[in-house]
Amino acid sequence: MTDVLNPPIAAPSDDHDHEEHHGPTGILKWITTTDHKVIGLSYTVTSVLMLVIGGLFAEIIRFQLASPNGNLVSLAQYNELFTMHGSVMIYLFAGPFAFGGLANIIVPIQIGAPDMAFPRLNALSYWLYLTGAITMLAGFFTAGGAANFGWVAYAPLSNSINTPGAGADLWIGGLLLTGFSAIFTGVNLTATIFYLRAPGMTMFRMPIFTWNMLVTGILILLAFPVLTAGLVMLYCDRHFGTHIYSVTGGGVPVLWQHIFWFWGHPEVYILALPFFGMVTEIIPVFSRKPVFGYKGMIFATLSIAALSLGVWAHHMFTTGVVLLPFFSIMSLLIAVPTGIKIFNWIGTMWRGQIWFSTAMLMAIGFVVTFLIGGLTGIYLASPPLDFFTHDTYFVVAHFHSVVMALVLGGMAGLYYWGPKITGYLLNERYGKFQFWFLFIGTQVFTFPQYLLGLRGMPRRMAIYPHDPQWKMLNEWSTVGAILIGLSTLIFVANVAVSWKKYPAGDNPWDAHTLEWFTTSPPPHHNFYRLPQIRSERPTWDYNHPEHRSLGHGKYPGLGDPQPEEAKVI
Amino acid sequence: MRVEAKLMLGLGLFFGLMCVVYWNWSLENAGGVMMFAGMLLGFLPGSYFYWWSRRMKARPEDDPYATQASGAGVVGSFPGTSIWPFTLGMGTFLVVLALVFGIWFLIPGLALVGWAAIGGTSEGRRGGPV
Repeated sequence: MTDVLNPPIAAPSDDHDHEEHHGPTGILKWITTTDHKVIGLSYTVTSVLMLVIGGLFAEIIRFQLASPNGNLVSLAQYNELFTMHGSVMIYLFAGPFAFGGLANIIVPIQIGAPDMAFPRLNALSYWLYLTGAITMLAGFFTAGGAANFGWVAYAPLSNSINTPGAGADLWIGGLLLTGFSAIFTGVNLTATIFYLRAPGMTMFRMPIFTWNMLVTGILILLAFPVLTAGLVMLYCDRHFGTHIYSVTGGGVPVLWQHIFWFWGHPEVYILALPFFGMVTEIIPVFSRKPVFGYKGMIFATLSIAALSLGVWAHHMFTTGVVLLPFFSIMSLLIAVPTGIKIFNWIGTMWRGQIWFSTAMLMAIGFVVTFLIGGLTGIYLASPPLDFFTHDTYFVVAHFHSVVMALVLGGMAGLYYWGPKITGYLLNERYGKFQFWFLFIGTQVFTFPQYLLGLRGMPRRMAIYPHDPQWKMLNEWSTVGAILIGLSTLIFVANVAVSWKKYPAGDNPWDAHTLEWFTTSPPPHHNFYRLPQIRSERPTWDYNHPEHRSLGHGKYPGLGDPQPEEAKVI
Repeated sequence: MRVEAKLMLGLGLFFGLMCVVYWNWSLENAGGVMMFAGMLLGFLPGSYFYWWSRRMKARPEDDPYATQASGAGVVGSFPGTSIWPFTLGMGTFLVVLALVFGIWFLIPGLALVGWAAIGGTSEGRRGGPV
């Protein structure tokens, strides 16, 4: 198979091997490593495994719903399945994949750092994430089954009377562990970006992905401690007889919703911003243009992040005790910076020489699918429309458009950065098949759900009345879910087919940022040498001195001396 | 350092403003307190960065005309391998399991956490195997 668009480049010579780090190998290396690349790869593999597990739950749910009186699972099992599907996908896949996996590997290399700022804390983050995942999934092996109160665990449903058993406690424990793992990663990312940049890499020369990860790190620090505190209080309510979330002892059940969503809405952007960053790296490279509106992108990211902390109660409009106009205005305002991003992505592609590689297709698929999810989100930000659609399949369809866009973005990231991480390209033909299955599957999966929601089908129902329209729409949604499942199988097949087959070389995409300056995979402390950094595209400037970046602001890149190499220590 | 300071101070300012608007308008305490804490998270590191940015000369990474040679020297000590994060992680895992399955999990859990605390600290003082 030679359909890799770029002819394979011979693997780099191994004459640097004597500088390599000599440490333990095998399982001991995996357990004792503090190298951000190995930890990041562990994160990536674990979280993709979680994607497969959560995806299996989703397929069972969709098969159950393919007919009105489905009897694939019992009603109680269905409750466990949708709870754990949401929990696995949100807590164990999307976040860890982005800020633990790809960001962990890519951010230090993009800013020219030898490692994360706190390598041992980074390793601890991974172990807390892995044990948290095991703890949460262990609920399936307890007598009472896994947690079954929905991934939001609303009080008073989540108290010890309505949900007794170890499954719910394991869910709380697993979330405590992964919550701390996320907080440590947030600290690590922020400190790395503030303190370990290479000389000349000013804040406004950092790649957009790194900027987005910085903002994500700060958002994690703002949001996750709130959830952790809320979980500790929930545990106390369940076991120590406190009445924080129960009316009987003078508590306030809706307080849980405030705390949960004060974490939960920023979490949406903690999930989304990394993928915005990935797509913003990929689209310029494959459009053969610098990114359109570099600073606009950064300020859009900052304003999305700031606004995201003032919108939590739009998930609570129907409780009747929240300030509707405030949360409606703030939620609608988020559409402005998000719109800026969409226009900037289109502006970057506009009149570019677009190379439709798999990564680029996935990125475009991300933009389209995210736009659908974002626009339907604007509907839900309006209280009158939200009263009508709350807890129906319209909401389910809205956030599945958003998170399936993130899956597309994550796949784009894997196809784009995979060669840098492993040293080998993935097969493009399989990749394109995967893209079309995933993209079409996503739309076939979500569109019927929008219509179902508008026709009044509530979420979290294992069986539903015999209605020909509902039945047909549910069948189509199941077809979409099957297509999405097939796309995952194609991805697995692709990894198997391209295993160590197409050597990537240092810079297979002729990309812009610093990670493409080093070898693939990078050496132990990432760089043997660094170029001079005079713009946000140092590798491009070095490889194409005749088309160097103009730079922006007070420090134009043009007219500077030719980039020189310098040894790093 | 100056951009970092502005970023965090701007964050604090935004949350301060939102805190005042939201608390006075909604009279709901949970959100007001959380926004107040968000304001502190902006102002505490932000004022620290600002204090330093006025007292130190620009670091090589803040200098737009820096050469790679200006950053030469030891960046920091990065341990190559360490068993202690794994030990600490497993200890914490057992402590959390104690919340669910029984208090006796605390004995091996806290033992591992304590062992990792001592081991990790002494490794840090030695510099660790790099």
